[in-house]
Amino acid sequence: MTWLAILGAGAGCYLLKLAGVSLPARVLDHPVVERIADLIPVALLGALVAVQVFAGGTHLTFDARAVGLGAAVIALLLRAPFLLVVFVAALTAAVARLLVPGW
Amino acid sequence: MTDPDGRSDRRAVVRDSLGVGIATGLYGVSFGAVSVAGGLSVSQTCALSLVMFTGASQFAFVGVVAAGGAPLSGALTALMLGTRNTLYGLKLAPLLGFRGWQRPLAAQVVIDESTAMSVTRESRELARAGFVSTGLSVFALWNLFTLVGAVAGNLIGDPRTYGLDAAVGGAFLALLWPRLSDPRNRVIAVCGAAVALGAVPITAAGVPVLVAGGVALLAGVLSSSASDPTEIPHR
Repeated sequence: MTWLAILGAGAGCYLLKLAGVSLPARVLDHPVVERIADLIPVALLGALVAVQVFAGGTHLTFDARAVGLGAAVIALLLRAPFLLVVFVAALTAAVARLLVPGW
Repeated sequence: MTDPDGRSDRRAVVRDSLGVGIATGLYGVSFGAVSVAGGLSVSQTCALSLVMFTGASQFAFVGVVAAGGAPLSGALTALMLGTRNTLYGLKLAPLLGFRGWQRPLAAQVVIDESTAMSVTRESRELARAGFVSTGLSVFALWNLFTLVGAVAGNLIGDPRTYGLDAAVGGAFLALLWPRLSDPRNRVIAVCGAAVALGAVPITAAGVPVLVAGGVALLAGVLSSSASDPTEIPHR
């Protein structure tokens, strides 16, 4: 099931790219379509941040991941590159768990 | 001009593109490690980087599946995030002018970085140089470092000890960050987050993120903002 989803979504993502370079530009040349396609990544990424950090199964939680996210915000405000932001989030959460076992 | 061929221009574009390729490819390590920490195998992780090859969608798929969501929810989230590559392709096609067999090959490397490094060039030659050198270097290094991260992630034991579960939230925030300079995007991101969290207790894992995608659809249909919808984020 996981393999099917990986290959299906992978093929779908490729077809989305291929459609872009193959279709005439006017096909999707509609302001509403463009606006939606622009907003979808923003809304999804916002949701993914929230769910990854504050959800545990079907419960809302607050644990070391939230501390890691706070550290990521500080790293981004300091203009750290992507890899450093991810590393800082992980390291901070790991240290928080050392200090508060089971968090 | 002492350089009528524009050869030094081309060299400069290729050099900048390789820099972006190396920086982006390196964070394949974090994807590889996060993916095996989320329960995917090394081969599944590498297949995602090879076939899907679009970072945000890959992180989203892994994030949803790791949180206990159905693989189908992960796939739908990945596809929704992948729609922006269609817009990039529409913008790039007339600029790059690829024909025949070049087109299906070029399509696989239509991503944030290759678009950003080519769409601003003045000539077709420079646009192609930026697109091809960024696309190929990201593709090669992203896949290599995905494997490195996945193998390393498999060796280290419980990922929570190393905060790898927190790394995913950090990765999504870093992907979102460049888009937050637009005030409308800030509102949309906060709404998406709030709606998703509201849906967490009442829906299956993976579904809250899809509900947030519905917010974007609704906002796109209802809003009448005139800001440039095809702006490409630069890292």
